[in-house]
Amino acid sequence: MTTGELAAACGFTHVTGDGDREIEGIFTGDLLSWAMGRAKEADAWFTVMGNVNTVAVAALADCACAVLCHGAQWDAAAVQKADMQGVELYTTELPEFEASYLAAVTLELAPPEP
Amino acid sequence: MADDSIRLHYTVPGDDFTRAGEASADLKSRMKKLGLPPGAIRKVSIALYEGEINLAIHAHGGDIDVEITDDEVRMVLSDQGPGIADISLAMSEGWSTAPDEVRSLGFGAGMGLPNMKKYSDEFDIQSAVGVGTTVTMAVKTA
Ligand SMILES: Nc1ncnc2c1ncn2[C@@H]1O[C@H](COP(=O)(O)OP(=O)(O)O)[C@@H](O)[C@H]1O
Ligand SMILES: [Mg+2]
Repeated sequence: MTTGELAAACGFTHVTGDGDREIEGIFTGDLLSWAMGRAKEADAWFTVMGNVNTVAVAALADCACAVLCHGAQWDAAAVQKADMQGVELYTTELPEFEASYLAAVTLELAPPEP
Repeated sequence: MADDSIRLHYTVPGDDFTRAGEASADLKSRMKKLGLPPGAIRKVSIALYEGEINLAIHAHGGDIDVEITDDEVRMVLSDQGPGIADISLAMSEGWSTAPDEVRSLGFGAGMGLPNMKKYSDEFDIQSAVGVGTTVTMAVKTA
């Protein structure tokens, strides 16, 4: 499923990007080094950290998109950098868990082994 | 062939976390243009970004020298910052002396050096208190 399709299905608001990145998984978390260490390429990343550093990490780690949760807004520098680097940004009113859960169901991801 | 190697130099300013990331972004786009494997590009990008952040946050800035050869990308990050008293403690997951201001930006989880080691095929850190720190990382591209 592409980023645009996921956003449409989940009601995420588009901020930047073409909506054409293929999503393979999900990473949820706010600390940048955890994202760099544990997020996988082509993950949709759910976070509340809407600054330029999140965009830098999403670009370097090849995330499919970053979704800012809890109704928070990406700051202007983040949007500008995302436009420049081709990083796809979205927002949602949903909290991180609910947004991630909705996306996981929509993507039909298999539940993890307990 | 050593003759074919590409050498790059970057300067990382101190205490500017928005500019930290310029070196890794630049190196990433160069590696892409060279057609190097995406997996290696990702490893280099993340390892170098963590290194840049450390130079900015912990060392008042520093220098990065990169050499791209036939089969690897080698990065040497050097600074004249405060140095690290206990390297094995600094290397452990979760250990951080980052100030609150840095944490509020999402950094300072104490995972930087472990990530740099994780994504490098070769990793070395030398440090002396009051003198500075040198980190060497190499990622295989072939
Ligand atoms: N270049 C450096 N100069 C001085 N101290 C450093 C340097 N790099 C890392 N450190 C020390 O090692 C600790 C752990 O680094 P790291 O794993 O990157 O975590 P973080 O940057 O999140 O604190 C830092 O908090 C700092 O005390
Ligand atoms: Mg660090």
